[in-house]
Amino acid sequence: MELWAEIVISALLVVAGFFGIVGSFGLVRLGDAMSRLHAPTKATTLGVGSVLIASMIYFFAADGTVSAHELMISLFLFLTAPITAHFIAKVHLHLHERPQSLPRPADDLEWAGFTAEAPTRGLRKPEPETPAD
Amino acid sequence: MTLFHKVFPHPVLSLSLVVIWVLLVNTVTLNAVVFGAILGLVLPQLTRAYWPNAPRLRSPLRIAGYVLVVLWDIVVANVEVALIILFKPEAARRPNWVTIPLELRSPEAITVLAGTITMTPGTVSCDLAENGHAILVHCLHAPDPDAVRDQIKHRYERRLKEIFE
Repeated sequence: MELWAEIVISALLVVAGFFGIVGSFGLVRLGDAMSRLHAPTKATTLGVGSVLIASMIYFFAADGTVSAHELMISLFLFLTAPITAHFIAKVHLHLHERPQSLPRPADDLEWAGFTAEAPTRGLRKPEPETPAD
Repeated sequence: MTLFHKVFPHPVLSLSLVVIWVLLVNTVTLNAVVFGAILGLVLPQLTRAYWPNAPRLRSPLRIAGYVLVVLWDIVVANVEVALIILFKPEAARRPNWVTIPLELRSPEAITVLAGTITMTPGTVSCDLAENGHAILVHCLHAPDPDAVRDQIKHRYERRLKEIFE
């Protein structure tokens, strides 16, 4: 393999490792659940992206073949990562937020997650309306 | 409804399935193309009940421009978020909820916008208003929520409106 390819691949791998470790470090360092959700979405974008670009350059420089698997991996990541993050955010909204603790969408509107009927079996039991005494 | 639309309710989806299958196999052979074509025929039929209305792409060529803008923003925002995680004291960080009123009405366009917001570091889309006319976004560090709102509306929503509506 030529020298320029090795240098570029190594640089991309170092960048990927750096953002991967910063993403993991963010999970430890950030204080609240919603902020911690930001850290792993970072690692999947630039961190994984750099590894995939490095892999494509490697196969091109070493075998002279163009590999499409890396493009597919990034496509599937971009399709699935937002959905996972969305589910985690929804769970946080249901468990830890009230409509009053969020900005309203408009004067006479609520967020969809709070107007839907509460599940009868779920993570949170409905709180009793009046305290039993 | 023409016969073509009965057989292929989403022609673009069918075509993408063929291309994705061939790319997954990683070699262009007749075998791969035929099996991809079967997938492109069967999967849109199985899922058509969940996706009744075909989206209208007004200017598909702008999709490439949109992808480039988003990729560039992801790189920039990754560095910004890394700096926040590494150097900003927790007390100085201002996590914030931001409401973004939407002009987009097409469900596909709103889905793409929500995905874009989540994939660009520093913002996560969390919920929609009950009528779908606003989106709730959580920001990792947003001392000025209005600036975040204007940036998302200007950079992403305007382009998606040109593509979809």
